[in-house]
Amino acid sequence: MKSTTFRLALLGTLGLTLAACTKKEEPVLAAPPAEARPEPAPAPAPAPTQTPSVGTSLVPGSQEELRARAGTDTVLFAYDSYELDAEARGVLARHAEWLKGNNARVTLEGHADERGTREYNLALGERRANSVKNFLATQGVPVDRLATISYGKERPAVEGSDEAAWAQNRRAVTMVTR
Amino acid sequence: MRLIPLLLALPATAALAQVPATAPPAGGGALRVDINAGLTQPMPIAVPSFAPGNGASTEAGTTTALGERAAQVIANDLKSSGLFRPLDPAAFTTTVGVDDVLRPDYAAWRTIAAQALVTGTVSANPDGGITLACYAYDVFAGTEIARQGFVTTAAGWRRAAHKCADLVYSRLTGESGYFDSRIVYVSETGPRTKRIKRLAIMDQDGAGHRFLTSGQNLVLTPRFAPGQQTITYMSFENNRPRVWLYTLGSGQQQAVGQFATMTFAPRFSPDGQNLVFSMAVGGNTDIYRFNIASRQTTRLTTGPGIDTSPSYSPDGTKIVFESDRGGGQQLYVMNADGSGQSRISFGEGRSASPVWSPRGDYIAFTRIGGGRFGIGVMRPDGGGERLLTNGYQDEGASWSPNGRVILFSRSDRSGRSGLWSVDISGLNERRLATPLDASDPAWSPLLP
Repeated sequence: MKSTTFRLALLGTLGLTLAACTKKEEPVLAAPPAEARPEPAPAPAPAPTQTPSVGTSLVPGSQEELRARAGTDTVLFAYDSYELDAEARGVLARHAEWLKGNNARVTLEGHADERGTREYNLALGERRANSVKNFLATQGVPVDRLATISYGKERPAVEGSDEAAWAQNRRAVTMVTR
Repeated sequence: MRLIPLLLALPATAALAQVPATAPPAGGGALRVDINAGLTQPMPIAVPSFAPGNGASTEAGTTTALGERAAQVIANDLKSSGLFRPLDPAAFTTTVGVDDVLRPDYAAWRTIAAQALVTGTVSANPDGGITLACYAYDVFAGTEIARQGFVTTAAGWRRAAHKCADLVYSRLTGESGYFDSRIVYVSETGPRTKRIKRLAIMDQDGAGHRFLTSGQNLVLTPRFAPGQQTITYMSFENNRPRVWLYTLGSGQQQAVGQFATMTFAPRFSPDGQNLVFSMAVGGNTDIYRFNIASRQTTRLTTGPGIDTSPSYSPDGTKIVFESDRGGGQQLYVMNADGSGQSRISFGEGRSASPVWSPRGDYIAFTRIGGGRFGIGVMRPDGGGERLLTNGYQDEGASWSPNGRVILFSRSDRSGRSGLWSVDISGLNERRLATPLDASDPAWSPLLP
């Protein structure tokens, strides 16, 4: 009985190690440059000194204002990861600043690329949305203004089945709801 | 609709007695299809048009026309199994009459090398219904294999034909049939970024296709209740992704429970009284059981990983599911109360989306590795693993009612998707025709 338990435990550990190795071999790409991102707003992030002039043309508390102030409404993730890298944390810090300056409510949408099974990807998208929610909360945004939803792999940002497309589809989007 | 099978103790043209469905046993030295060898060498079988019996016309057409169409349905069913090779009807020189059904000219069928003969009659009943009488013969031995009559409505003629095909299949293979069954799936159209998804249902052979939902809401992963009048699925209605129930007769749609967060990956228990599904709370996904009558929810897994895609064993005592608690997705089995969780998959890559066979002997799953998705099977103890398919993205396995065939969806790099089936031997991979792109198939149990 004891030896069986030991063997099972060993197998489990082996599986773990294998899984970890496999994971390391997966292509983990650095986030692509901002111009490759899916959001339609083509305008580059305005420098802070230019904010007033941009602000006058934007509806306060709107999606467009969020994009203009933060440079993007989207953060990207590595394959099968829900960790926020330095760039994502930078973007979300700007989302938090913007949210603290108004009363907007947002829904944090979590998405996955197509290279996972449907149900797992729903859970992965939910993890990503929650990573963003938790980060915004630690930045002082009241959680009652933060909702989450996962679309799994059902709503890719871009067409295509290559690494460039997948990288843009592994994302969380801060969507202003009101 | 009622389908009454009955023993044909008398010629099909005589009055029909409603007796329990016990067909006569096959004769000695009965013709058999070896279900494994048969896939590489399908049995030649003749299925001539069924002869018109009593009555000339029904609401669904003349008995002559129904006889032709019934034979086509039966031949198509048998062919789709990969075990039979229906002979080209052009090879039949004579029209089969009622006398030929009862006393086949074996010598004539031998000349076209038919090993088995499926023949019968379609009669119009005084109440507007029909009787389809189904006879199967061993051509070379010159003996009867099976006979049975099916009484149904005129509109139900297709089901009677499927029942006949099931009778022939089960007599010749020794396994239960699966042709009188349906498929619910997700019909897809539009670009990937704005895909429109609708629930759709059709007979196992693609007939009687209809859409169940409008496409206004994103819907995923429909699965039949054991009674097959109810379907559980996931819908994003009102931007609240959660588990729903669809009642086929009424078209009624109803959200399951009052949960604050996303519920998904639903399946029924074999007794139909419970659902199992995943619920995601704050980035952690666990498996829950929901009792439909009491609306009581029981949490079955508690770990910090993603636990999802639960599927009951056919006896209801165990649940197979996937979890990434060990790193990547792997398969685990637990008792139905959540106790005794243990990992069963140790192959290369990831193993996901397990589905327990209705026969209990295998678990089908999706294998992810090397940038490919394939459908595989393993025994419930994790042994005997075999990969059956290999595609860019094969996933969403579902079992035929007899546990012999697996339906799945296959997508390519262009985003097109369709339904495919494969025998558990890995042979006879076939595409099922659907009006639009298709995913997430679920096979019903045999219809009553």
